[in-house]
Amino acid sequence: MAKHDTIRALLKRGVSEELAEKVADSGLTLGDLKGLTASELCKKISTSEEIAAEILQLAGSKPKKAITSETSLKSKIEQLEVPRSVKDALIKRLSEREFTPTQIERILRMTIEEYERIKIDPCEAVGIVAAQSIGEPGTQMTMRTFHYAGVAEIYVTLGLPRIIEIVDARKTPSTPMMVIKLNEEYRNDKTKAHALASRIEATYPSHLGDIVTLPDEMLIRIEIDESAMEKRGLGIDDLIEKIKGQGKFNADIDLDEDGKSINIRPKEYSYRSLLQLRGRLTSTNPSSGILIAGIKDITRVVIRHEGDEYTLYTEGSALKDVIRIEGVDGARTRTNNINEIENVLGIEAARNAIINEMVNTLGEQGLNVDIRHLMLVADMMTVDGEVKQIGRHGIAGEKASILSRAAFEVTVSHLLDASLYGYVDELKGVTENVIVGQPIKLGTGDVELVAKPYGKVVD
Amino acid sequence: MKKGVTLLDHEMVPKHEILSEDEEKAVLKKYKAFKSQFPKIKCNDPIAREIGAKVGQIIKITRDSKTAGKSVAYRVVIDQ
Repeated sequence: MAKHDTIRALLKRGVSEELAEKVADSGLTLGDLKGLTASELCKKISTSEEIAAEILQLAGSKPKKAITSETSLKSKIEQLEVPRSVKDALIKRLSEREFTPTQIERILRMTIEEYERIKIDPCEAVGIVAAQSIGEPGTQMTMRTFHYAGVAEIYVTLGLPRIIEIVDARKTPSTPMMVIKLNEEYRNDKTKAHALASRIEATYPSHLGDIVTLPDEMLIRIEIDESAMEKRGLGIDDLIEKIKGQGKFNADIDLDEDGKSINIRPKEYSYRSLLQLRGRLTSTNPSSGILIAGIKDITRVVIRHEGDEYTLYTEGSALKDVIRIEGVDGARTRTNNINEIENVLGIEAARNAIINEMVNTLGEQGLNVDIRHLMLVADMMTVDGEVKQIGRHGIAGEKASILSRAAFEVTVSHLLDASLYGYVDELKGVTENVIVGQPIKLGTGDVELVAKPYGKVVD
Repeated sequence: MKKGVTLLDHEMVPKHEILSEDEEKAVLKKYKAFKSQFPKIKCNDPIAREIGAKVGQIIKITRDSKTAGKSVAYRVVIDQ
């Protein structure tokens, strides 16, 4: 606060001009005054303790003249029952220009009226509107290609198959991928980013050298590629250790005399065991291969320089393991596997992920679906505390009404069960009432007239 | 993840708060609803565990919303 600001602030609080200048001259601001005692203050501005105490009391009080502009306008807007974004827009726009109090009054009143008018009506069939609003653009998606080259040469399922995947709440997407952000130390350093990438990427023996089979010597030799080893920060002993640690590996493993290759001899002298051994050593399959380094589920890592930082894109996903790695920014790292997000980051993050994935997939195809429809879908999928599919095992399959479920899929078994166990249908939903030919409980159909008898009721 | 960085800091996780009993009453009154009618969150949800929520409590979630700026939602903690 500049000096004259301090003086003005003190004047507004009823401090005399002379004293206010004294305070400001001593380099104090209003904020400083709050932290001072009377005796400290009187030393600083050389007055009696009484006067100092008075200044402090006044400085602590509220400014006398209500500053009509910003503050009271703000508090007035804050009290309105409108969403945060509307409040922010109001504050921004109204402080840009001068308005008289009556004008402001009118603007606020009209804003509320408009907001109330635009709000969705009670009993409106929002689910149907959402279904149509996602369904229609969906028909345009079918025509297009199913796979698109995604970011950074990593293939991701996009378009309709991806939407179906999300809505079906599959445990693993057909093309899991992650976007790994790095922390301050790593994000601007190319060598560190590369080192981290090779620590994350699943590494199998075949990545580290040529695997040569010598049938006449009953021998498999891994001819180590030293640059590949160095890139991953591995030593030859690590490699031998890892291969030995695999167990169930009926073979002798030795370092070759030249120190640059590993010889593996099956203990059983047969070509069959040699071939089996070779199969395991050359495999890069997560289930059968021998993992030397990295995370099993992450099969490929691509580094991109994005904006002003290095970002890793991966094929395969392992959120839980990756966010614990040193150098990874756990707060910004993402995956497209919604099930994994639910398990690691909770149901609310899963809801966010469903919305984001759908917005991105639709947006990528040039389709603009209002986010509120997608939010409704995500809300319904996560309402019970776990991600449920929209389909026969999820939202549609768990409806209370038998008639409604029978109308959806496997009609006979639902009706058979219902008749066997004597279920009752309350006819509360839409489908049931359409089936039996009653007005549905939607819009005006959900309003019931209740008559309060007035005066004495005579038979 | 570094020490001191928790799951709550992830950009996809909105703010979760456990409501006190008084706040709970106010919420139930405002919506004229029972706890069973609210959306649920499991007690073994990672975030619910992180903030130490117990079954039956209401968690207030302040989401960043693209349409409303900030929006408040509630979830009742349920047993698995």
